[in-house]
Amino acid sequence: MSNSQSSWKKEKWKRLLAPYLFILPNLVIFLTFIVIPAIVGFVYSFHKYDGLNEMEFLGFDNYIEVLRNEEFWSALGRTGMYAAVVVPGIYVLALGIAILLIREVKLKGLFRASIYWPTMISYIIVGLTWKWIFGDTFGILNYLLDKMGFEPIPWLTDPFWANLSVVIATLWSRVGFFMVIFIAGLQSIPTDMYEAANLDGASKWRTFWNITLPLLKPTSVLVLMVSIIDAFKAYPLMYALTGGGPGKETTYIVQYIYEIGFTKQELGLASAMSVILFAIIGIFSALQFRLSKGGANE
Amino acid sequence: MRKAKWGTYAILFAITLIWLFPVLWTVLSSFKTQDDLYRWPPALIPPTFSLEHFVAAFEKGNFGTYFMNSTIVTITSTLLLLLINAMAGFALAKYRFKGDSILLIGFISTLMIPLEVIMIPIFKVISFLGLYNSLLGIIIPPAATPTGVFLIRQYLLSVPDELLEAARMDGAGEWKIFWRIILPIAKPIISVLAIFSFMWRWDDFLWPLIVINNPEKYTIQLALSNFIGEYNVDWGSLLAMSTITMIPVLVVFLLFQRQFVQGIATSGMKG
Repeated sequence: MSNSQSSWKKEKWKRLLAPYLFILPNLVIFLTFIVIPAIVGFVYSFHKYDGLNEMEFLGFDNYIEVLRNEEFWSALGRTGMYAAVVVPGIYVLALGIAILLIREVKLKGLFRASIYWPTMISYIIVGLTWKWIFGDTFGILNYLLDKMGFEPIPWLTDPFWANLSVVIATLWSRVGFFMVIFIAGLQSIPTDMYEAANLDGASKWRTFWNITLPLLKPTSVLVLMVSIIDAFKAYPLMYALTGGGPGKETTYIVQYIYEIGFTKQELGLASAMSVILFAIIGIFSALQFRLSKGGANE
Repeated sequence: MRKAKWGTYAILFAITLIWLFPVLWTVLSSFKTQDDLYRWPPALIPPTFSLEHFVAAFEKGNFGTYFMNSTIVTITSTLLLLLINAMAGFALAKYRFKGDSILLIGFISTLMIPLEVIMIPIFKVISFLGLYNSLLGIIIPPAATPTGVFLIRQYLLSVPDELLEAARMDGAGEWKIFWRIILPIAKPIISVLAIFSFMWRWDDFLWPLIVINNPEKYTIQLALSNFIGEYNVDWGSLLAMSTITMIPVLVVFLLFQRQFVQGIATSGMKG
């Protein structure tokens, strides 16, 4: 009797302990490589630190320096401009294609797969692919322009065109991903809504404005917020496509922080910039949370 | 559903053509000879099919090593991720214990912390632990994804507790329950996560960039980016390497197309 009781106790112990043991490996890695770095980064942001010598406490000096740093602001401004072009571009293209592709279309799978496929390719290869296409003297795009009687375009060597090239490559690589999300959202709209609108004789355009768009709000919020956050984190594609140039004309915020931190070894200053970038991303995340909740309540 | 008209088809064909062209152009170019690569006017189909760039990538470019490194990293990291995420997801879905909700909220709230923002302190933590310049440094840290834990937890919530109780009555230990009951049940979500993880790790650039400095340990993405010199780009090797690098992702995509599209539609993640 007492034997079975003690084994029962042992069992109970095991059950109490089990969840902690199951969660432990994930938790240890998570704490070590996400939580601790986040705290360390925050601490760095108040210090002068080159990674080798002793840290020196500065208070808010790094933040003040960031606010005065023109290059930081222009990198941030460029990132904002990039987001302002890429996000609506993604929204319109992805939604437009999704609307075409939820109809009864032959070869639907092929169309969807072809447009989705670039989202699977790494940003480095996306960058390289477009660098090959945009090449000034050997690029296929300038060849086609030449054939049609246009002047060649300095795709990667002129500030305006280099930024546009980055936008084109981004759209190409990301639209498929958001198209799939829009397809899922569109499919969740009940078809009888459309039938009713049809009976009322509403035009396609009106149906789109009055039924599709409002009912698509939760999906729209998700797409806008994810693509805004993505835009603020953009880096590898530009690294491969333009290297941030010409000059610093396509150096966006993450690349700039990387350069300050790793090339110039100013870990404290770069950390202060990271905290500011995190605050920006945090605002958008919080906004998404609020908006998507609001959408669910309607 | 409305039937598509010819105008719709025209637009769709045009878009598809634009979307396919860049990849086709890269792949076709990689089979050109060095002379044909820069020939003006450029030929769409290589006039002579040549494997010279592929041979050069492996012989001079050390591509074999990079391919091997990427393969090791992708496979081990994915296995580790699946195991520990499934364990954590199981614990959060099927046990009530002190701190469970705090842990869950903790995991979810860090979804907001992008790697890009903590790359500098991560570098210090990795150096401190002696993981700098080692493949383990690329494999271990990204394995504890909040996304994975969350997806698996949500999935397992629907598993009835009676199933676990019955197994306990039969004398099964907690680990056996996880291994023999939970893992088979969670197979669909685990395969979706496996596909994601494969893609994340195979395509990853920023993490290896932070961890690896020694060219012997480069992954493919690092090697590719390193080959882009300012003035002297070896396009032949780059195009050949890019072409080979796309193959594993293409194979995974074709094999799991359905789960993939569903997975993306339900979780909306790319990390």
